[in-house]
Amino acid sequence: MNDLACDAIGEMVASVRDVTKVYRLGGEDVKALAGVSIDFFHGDFVAIMGTSGSGKSTLLNLLGCLDRPTTGQYFLGGRDVATLDDESLSRVRGRYLGFVFQSYNLIQQLSVVENIMVPLAYQRPQRPGAKDLCIRLAELVGLAGRLGHRPNQLSGGQQQRVAIARALVNNPHVILADEPTGNLDTATSMEIMDLLDALNRAGRTIVMVTHEPDIAARCKKVISLRDGRVESVRHASEPVP
Amino acid sequence: MHQIGLGIRSLMLHKLRSSLAVLGILIGVTAVIWLVAMGEGVSYQAQQQIKNLGATSIIVQTVKPSEEANRDAGSRSGISYGLLRADYDRLVTNVPTITNAVPMREITREVRRDQHAVSAQVIGCTPDYFDINRMAIARGRPLTDTDVRGLENVAVLAHEVAERLFPILQPLGRSVQVGTEFYVVVGVAAPRTASAAIGGSFAGRQYDRDVYIPISTFRKRIGDQVITVRGGTFQNETIELNQITAVVGSIETVDASADVIRELLRRYHKMVDYAVVVPKELLEQAETMQMMFNLLLLIIAGISLLVGGIGIMNIMLATVTERTREIGIRRALGATKREIVHQFLWETVVLSGIGGLLGVMIGFLCGPTVNAVRAGIRVFFPDVWSTLPSTIHNLEPRLAPWSIAAAFGISVAVGVVFGIYPARRAANMDPIEALRHE
Repeated sequence: MNDLACDAIGEMVASVRDVTKVYRLGGEDVKALAGVSIDFFHGDFVAIMGTSGSGKSTLLNLLGCLDRPTTGQYFLGGRDVATLDDESLSRVRGRYLGFVFQSYNLIQQLSVVENIMVPLAYQRPQRPGAKDLCIRLAELVGLAGRLGHRPNQLSGGQQQRVAIARALVNNPHVILADEPTGNLDTATSMEIMDLLDALNRAGRTIVMVTHEPDIAARCKKVISLRDGRVESVRHASEPVP
Repeated sequence: MHQIGLGIRSLMLHKLRSSLAVLGILIGVTAVIWLVAMGEGVSYQAQQQIKNLGATSIIVQTVKPSEEANRDAGSRSGISYGLLRADYDRLVTNVPTITNAVPMREITREVRRDQHAVSAQVIGCTPDYFDINRMAIARGRPLTDTDVRGLENVAVLAHEVAERLFPILQPLGRSVQVGTEFYVVVGVAAPRTASAAIGGSFAGRQYDRDVYIPISTFRKRIGDQVITVRGGTFQNETIELNQITAVVGSIETVDASADVIRELLRRYHKMVDYAVVVPKELLEQAETMQMMFNLLLLIIAGISLLVGGIGIMNIMLATVTERTREIGIRRALGATKREIVHQFLWETVVLSGIGGLLGVMIGFLCGPTVNAVRAGIRVFFPDVWSTLPSTIHNLEPRLAPWSIAAAFGISVAVGVVFGIYPARRAANMDPIEALRHE
């Protein structure tokens, strides 16, 4: 298992360099990120930790191309995406990124399979066999019997599985997960982590924001943020300082 | 296809709300189609009446001159005005484009048979009068040249006169009395719809109270003098002809011929005691009127579509607010602003398109509905029915294909126009904010 991750190391899939993010709040500049540089490699399974206000959500928004840094560079898919316009950022999100949210963020009026298909609607060109792919993915995450169900007919854990399948459908370079277990009980959280773990072992690069140490402990690498800066980077095997 | 399906599905989530929006457009589209159909029906009727006068005919009528002119021209024994038999001869000999011309003299008289009496329009004319006015003979024969030459006491009755005087008996061969003279009925005319109002009168020319006799007989038996008692004094009027209907060979020569006739009459008449009416001109006026009318109807219908459009915008704004989260999700998963705009625009277009289609379908029901309402009034409110003008009695709505196309096109356009703002509002939301939205 380790071999798979080791082989891939050295191939950088995403990288932020000296990014800062300054918000203007009531005439005052607030520095949410004060110069952060992190490289993400193929096969990484990274947890970003930090207290509230440490800048971890801001960093995740930047990584997710939902926002642009004030200064600095962000390399994704072989180019600097920090200065792209809105339309190009949408395309980058659709092509290179997969999202898993704390509150699942499924579209309520769509079925399981249709929810998984949503990102494919924005792919250019359209891929053939989209529906079959989605059904396979739904089965892969353990929802074989629930393809036609609506999100409100599923448990929290099942909904998060749909979200994970949706994050996989466009074959992204990086899966970004924002507190993916935040709304789940411990047992279900562990099941979701098992699933993410399995995906990572299959070669997926996962970046996850969490504030739960036992969830972070299941990642390979833990990055701690404090006051908009990287406080520490350690491997999961190392003890918490 | 995908977008349309998606649109229909999200609209189905709020059936009542969507149906109300559809209703707004539906009413607008139906209004356009119905109003235009009614307008077309009314003006078609008017145009038919004018066409009944004949597009190639020129009608010259006697008009009673104003009082002032009377005083100048009149003598103590009475006044003499109007078209002369000499005018008729002048027109026929001097205007080469005229292929046929019919002189006509008329007077209102009581026509009797035994105890039956009817106030009728006694018309002295030549046989061509029937052809020129496109009158058919239901029974018997029309007047003939022999009748005219021989000053025969024969009459052709209009349909209604015949029915009144001969409710049971067969009229042909029997006599009717006009004044002190008796006339033998030789024919009965078929019912004929009225023609357009001409000259100064607003009423259309009615044909159902006519009694036709040879013009030569009219001159001999009734004469040119009309003596009426008005305000205790006798009035003595002398009129030779009431009307000359001239028919020209082709429609291109109508205007020029009318000018020649006007000039000819002007030269021989000291006062304006005649009027030249050209049905072709009336027809052109009627067509202009119709265009104005249609424009007015379109404006009214346009306003109702505008209201429908505002209704749609209202609903789409509510939808956008409600689906902020969905918009955020779609943006995060790769949708561009334009794709979001398209998604919501498709929804409004589906909404207004359905309204438009239903409106067109109801538009087709215009004719049957009008007939049903008319029948209902006739059966349940006969009093009201009898007071309604004949225009309403005979109105046949005529669906105009252009109005159907226009109504549907406008409804879709309304969807686009009123959908753009909500759709852009959806697309311009910050995806991070939208994802956080509860």
